[in-house]
Amino acid sequence: MKIKSSFGDKVFDVFNITLMLIICFLTLYPVWYIIVYSFNEGKDAMLGGIYFWPRKFTLDNYKTVFSNSDITTAFMVTVARTVITTTLHVFFTAMVAYAFLRKELMGRKIYMAMGTITLFFGGGLIPYFLLIKSLGLYNTFWVYVIPGMFNFYNLIIFQAFFRELPIELEESAKIDGANDFVIFTRIILPLSTPVLATIALFVGVYNWNDYFMGVIFINNPKLQPIQTFLYKVIAQVTSNQMLAYAPGGIATRNVTSQSLKMATMVITTMPIVCVYPFLQKYFVKGLLIGAIKG
Amino acid sequence: MESAISPNMQHGRKSGFRRFLHKLNEQKYLQAMAIPGVIWMIIFNYIPMYGIIIAFKEYDITLGFNKSPWVGLANFKEFFSDERFWLIIKNTVGISFFKLLVGFPLPILFAVLLNELVSVRFKRAVQTISYLPHFISWVVLGGILMNWLSETGLINIILTKIDILKQPIAFLAEPKYFWGIAVVSEVWKELGWNAIIYLAAIAGIDPELYEAATVDGAGRFTKMFKITIPCISGTIAIMFILAVSGLMNSNFDQIFVLRNPLNADASDVIDIYVYRMGIEAFRFSYATAIGLFKSIIALILLLTANGVTKKLTDKSLF
Repeated sequence: MKIKSSFGDKVFDVFNITLMLIICFLTLYPVWYIIVYSFNEGKDAMLGGIYFWPRKFTLDNYKTVFSNSDITTAFMVTVARTVITTTLHVFFTAMVAYAFLRKELMGRKIYMAMGTITLFFGGGLIPYFLLIKSLGLYNTFWVYVIPGMFNFYNLIIFQAFFRELPIELEESAKIDGANDFVIFTRIILPLSTPVLATIALFVGVYNWNDYFMGVIFINNPKLQPIQTFLYKVIAQVTSNQMLAYAPGGIATRNVTSQSLKMATMVITTMPIVCVYPFLQKYFVKGLLIGAIKG
Repeated sequence: MESAISPNMQHGRKSGFRRFLHKLNEQKYLQAMAIPGVIWMIIFNYIPMYGIIIAFKEYDITLGFNKSPWVGLANFKEFFSDERFWLIIKNTVGISFFKLLVGFPLPILFAVLLNELVSVRFKRAVQTISYLPHFISWVVLGGILMNWLSETGLINIILTKIDILKQPIAFLAEPKYFWGIAVVSEVWKELGWNAIIYLAAIAGIDPELYEAATVDGAGRFTKMFKITIPCISGTIAIMFILAVSGLMNSNFDQIFVLRNPLNADASDVIDIYVYRMGIEAFRFSYATAIGLFKSIIALILLLTANGVTKKLTDKSLF
């Protein structure tokens, strides 16, 4: 049933497509700008006038950044933190979600009520800060991992997914003598890749992008994530400390603190930007489940 | 009589307890999977909740949550008479209000317009691109903004070139621009991401509705306003409740990056003040009281928004 589109419809289409192109440009341009700036000679970039393409192409900014051991350490801390915490979070939260879902679990109602309360009430920053200190997690790598292992909102998303799985599979496994943990790891988890990917993306992005834990819980520069490092460089106007690390020849030639910031931003952002298009179909689904149940 | 009843009761209790142990033994694997989660919640959710009592105490780090002396409502009274109290409330509510005013309808509009694109490929490309900023951290975005909004930055270059500005302005150094910067940058970052939920809701609309309307001679705009928007009104209502209950949150990560001493009069929101008083000035009890005040207002907002939306649209969170 094709109905011939009217003149008004065509005008609307043209308007709509133009608007979408403008939105795409406004979205991409700031990202493009830092990439261009990061590949341009720093002193030349300071003169302005660089909009769409590097004027004096160079890799010196990146060479300088990668020769800075603080940045490479911070990058590795972020990678380790993101991989370890995300893996543990997905496994642990899914496990608890599955156990909380099983009808025969004694105390199930109390456990679920305890979790639901955490969605609406919390202690706030200061009691949490004091807790982390008194647990001895302050200034250790584990402050990223252990408090980040569980989240009740994600538990609800897991449960919404697990409910749709065929229950016969569990029953037949039980008859074959499998215990609950075996059922969870061998049957439930392999069937749950879409929701595992969704939560992994959410938690992964959070851990990759978080700078605040590093600001309040970490003193040791060897343990700070790259976002915290970048925050300190950006927030402190005197950020020439980065320049001090530049290998002899490069520093005097053309690298500036601004161009180094840009290169660091690109390095900080690229890994996550490269991952998300592949996970897109999962998180759209996951957000929907979250919205219905949450 | 007593002696006649009690053995019976004892027997009943005993067998009840035995049954409990038996059942517990039967589900030991299941409990072993559940209880670590409960313990985690007790430590990381419930102990901080209990820690709120220090809002009513004068917290002493050597004495801890329990032994620190009570001071009643002194911390709250001090906050209400704090010279920055009204400024902080104004900033918190003001920034959130404008984020809501601009940032709430735009994703809905964006989703509806995106849905009107004829080419599926173009639609998908726009979607993928629009999610991108959600994955960029506030630190990186703050870095871009500081670069662009500085006196020699891109925004000043463009504005002076087209003669809107005579003199370049250091935007982040002036309080009067801060709210605008916060609102625009947040909308830029989350527009596409916030539209996902509405796009999913639109995708769930029965296509027969559109076909029937087409047969009845409805044009595109009629379909947009008479079918698409009413069909996603439930989702809109839920998102609105959540948005209103977040009115006391003004996105800490964002403001923490963008604030500086020069714009403090516009960027000091409750969460930032809690940080400044607690983490920077070590006034743990005072900061906790401010945080608790915020939580109470947020809870009232949640219940109010939920109630009002329930009355108006029959949709609610609970």
